[in-house]
Amino acid sequence: MSELGTVGFGLAIILAAIGGAAVLTWFERRLLGIWQDRYGPNRLGPLGVLQVLADMLKLLTKHDWIPPFADRAVFVFAPTAIVVAMMLGFAVIPFGPELYILDLNIGLLFFLGMTSLAVYSVLLGGLASNNKYALLGGLRSAAQMVSYEVFMGLSLMGVVMLSGSFSLRDIVEAQRDMWYCIPQFLGLFVFLIAGIAESHRLPFDLPEAEHELTAGFHTEYGGMKFAMFMLGEYLGLILICCMITTLFFGGWLGPWLPPVVWFSLKVFILICFFILLRAAIPRPRYDQLMTLGWKYMLPLTLLNLLLTGAIALVLEGRSV
Amino acid sequence: MPNATLTANATAPASAAGTSHADAHKTSAVDDLCARFGADSFIPQASADDTPTLWVARDKLLPVLAQLKARFPMLLDLFGVDERLRQHKPLGAADFTVVYHLFSFRPCEEIRLKVAVSMADLSVPSAVNVWPNANWYEREAWDMFGIQFSGHPNLRRILLPPTWQGHALRKDHPARATEMEPFSLDDEQQDQEQEALRFRPEDWGMQRATEDTEYMFLNLGPNHPSVHGVFRIALQLDGEVIVDSVPDIGYHHRGAEKMGERQSWHTYIPYTDRIDYLGGVMNNMAYVMAVEQLADIKVPDRAKVIRIMLAELFRISSHLVFYGTFAQDVGQMSPVFYMFADRERLLGIIEAVTGGRMHPAWFRIGGVAQDLPQGWDTMVRNFIDSMPARLDHYQKMAMDNSILKQRTVGIGAYNTREAMDWGITGPALRATGMDWDLRRDRPYGGYDQFEFEVPVASNGDAYDRAAVRVEEIRQSLRIIRQCLDNMPAGPYKSDHRLATPPPKERTLQDIETLIHHFVNVSWGPAIPPGEASFPIEATKGINNYHLISDGGTMSYRTRIRTPSFPALQQIPLISNGLMIPDLIAIIASIDFVMADVDR
Repeated sequence: MSELGTVGFGLAIILAAIGGAAVLTWFERRLLGIWQDRYGPNRLGPLGVLQVLADMLKLLTKHDWIPPFADRAVFVFAPTAIVVAMMLGFAVIPFGPELYILDLNIGLLFFLGMTSLAVYSVLLGGLASNNKYALLGGLRSAAQMVSYEVFMGLSLMGVVMLSGSFSLRDIVEAQRDMWYCIPQFLGLFVFLIAGIAESHRLPFDLPEAEHELTAGFHTEYGGMKFAMFMLGEYLGLILICCMITTLFFGGWLGPWLPPVVWFSLKVFILICFFILLRAAIPRPRYDQLMTLGWKYMLPLTLLNLLLTGAIALVLEGRSV
Repeated sequence: MPNATLTANATAPASAAGTSHADAHKTSAVDDLCARFGADSFIPQASADDTPTLWVARDKLLPVLAQLKARFPMLLDLFGVDERLRQHKPLGAADFTVVYHLFSFRPCEEIRLKVAVSMADLSVPSAVNVWPNANWYEREAWDMFGIQFSGHPNLRRILLPPTWQGHALRKDHPARATEMEPFSLDDEQQDQEQEALRFRPEDWGMQRATEDTEYMFLNLGPNHPSVHGVFRIALQLDGEVIVDSVPDIGYHHRGAEKMGERQSWHTYIPYTDRIDYLGGVMNNMAYVMAVEQLADIKVPDRAKVIRIMLAELFRISSHLVFYGTFAQDVGQMSPVFYMFADRERLLGIIEAVTGGRMHPAWFRIGGVAQDLPQGWDTMVRNFIDSMPARLDHYQKMAMDNSILKQRTVGIGAYNTREAMDWGITGPALRATGMDWDLRRDRPYGGYDQFEFEVPVASNGDAYDRAAVRVEEIRQSLRIIRQCLDNMPAGPYKSDHRLATPPPKERTLQDIETLIHHFVNVSWGPAIPPGEASFPIEATKGINNYHLISDGGTMSYRTRIRTPSFPALQQIPLISNGLMIPDLIAIIASIDFVMADVDR
């Protein structure tokens, strides 16, 4: 692609991601509604999809208030950080064989780096608000992210071993014979859980936990700044689903349909799965989440690494 | 039985159970007291409900209470009465009275102790060392009547704001806005009011810091998603661990007891609906049965069965709200929607029968407001036929969920002894293993004619409290089915002259009926002087209206004992040392309604 083409495509991806996140706010509510024997927003436009527009207008026209006791600069910066980090994450995703912005040879590491940056947003938002609930939310998120980050990265190393590359395109290409969800089912399981924790959605929405901390880290946020956090969360959700598709479900690969349709379809199904999880599962306690992470997830990841490594070695020995 | 921790005991004929336990106490409580303290220490008083009532001198109060505790493990209620305007003053009364209502489970007995205090020396020794739950009741009596309790650890206002002038339930305190200056609140006053609500740890004997820890004080509520109304609890935190906590109530106080003194016996019924606003007619039941006892009205069978059916429907409705919000508070999003959908169908039945939904105000002194409408049986049958399958579904979805269990098993546990000390009744008491239900062990209003089991759990933790309620829904369905199959024919209201409103059919035929109808509708019935209370097994525990009639058309004193009030007082005991999410699970498992706490 030409320079101009890349920029244009990048803009298109940004718009598509934001649009997708916006529509997702409506879609999630409708889907939850169906599962919970109720309607959800169904009044505005066909199937209520214009609710997105109404919400956007409402949030945009709200009084942009910064609490007098907050740390002003950080308070404003925090919500932007999560959106920017998540958007950058999209840069390395291959949506089709030729549909990508960047094919970094360390694409996977770039993605992990960007999601780690998003933690700062929650943490800084919680600290800058100078509110006790926000502080508790920020503390929880720091602990949660730090511990889940560890095995989030490790869980992907099996994929890297099998494909022999950090480039996401190469990883997809390496799945032509078999999707990695089969040999790397342990890795998939751990990454899925870490992914939910990373995008802090129910059941791992502890930094927010509205039943305990009213709204957690974004208690003091309103209007557009609150909307930025929401946007960041939904972008994170899409990003994680894109990553799972790319790493474990063969990315754009699939017969008959065009590659980008396959990719979107897989992402869509994963998003529905994430929403279903939210509808079904209660929230564990903070220390229970930590126990799950360190006592079960981490050993499982290490086991996966050992097994994958051993099998890879054996196979390599045979082919030589 | 869907859950292994639950055990249930089949219905025992109440009289048999009563007598076998009663053998343990060969002599009456009053005889025991007279033997120990001398008969001249007490002045007995007759009451319409046949509960032994004794006046005791102030200096003998504590020893008498201490002896009675062996026999009556629970302080059911403690309240004040302003006797100054009472015409039919009982022998022994002075300006004010403090009433101690004690309760024993086996055998099911009650006793009332009264202490007279004069205006010149408004002080009574505190009973906090005998029953810990006396703490809040004494604060309430201080708040409402200005009665001092010497030896009380922290005697301060509890329901009214700290800035309040006067004591609201005194007879000389205005009861209506029209008796006072117009209310105004300027900025300066508002700041003062807000400042008065600031939590000061020192007032509660808490330290702000130790040598190596600085505590955080978190104001949870009165506006918080999980406190089920306007309830505030101040937490002393070390990280997320609760070191100490102070529940603060009164934000929902509407002066329901004061209103009782300004409403006719009949027109007070709608106010009772709003006490436990999830219990609907269950509140009417406690109230009208106390009035009927005062007036000696016998309710016809059809009215009894209709009452039981509606009360059990409301028990299900209340438990469904509990069930859904319980799951929601531990972070499970969906169950509450299913349960509210069921409740919606249930409220449809209530609406068809009574015309109202949450506050039907449908029971009447002497019966119910109307006969059942045509087709009620189909509606009820459809509902009770559909519920068991739905409950099985919820069991799998919520109660069997491993995360929900992790969050609630072993959290907020107390034993039967502690429950009794703190005045905990109802499902929260049965969750500790206490196999006792007022409906079975001292049947009232016709419950002796029904077959049902009393679900009991063993650990007394948050999970068991929920499990007992879930099983109670099934038992209530069983009772409703019996109502459906055996609804007696006959009148739905007593023909007693005080039953309200009086029959109208013949008002245009003869003058006597017309006069009676006119007087009884315009002024309301004049209930004979006396005192009565009637404990019932309400949705959340024992609900008890203590009514004092001075022979007029309005109550002289209406005291409402609710199950939610003592439950909140106990929160610090069971949540200190746990984490914030545990506190939320505990609050969710209590099943309280703030209107039921503050009245």
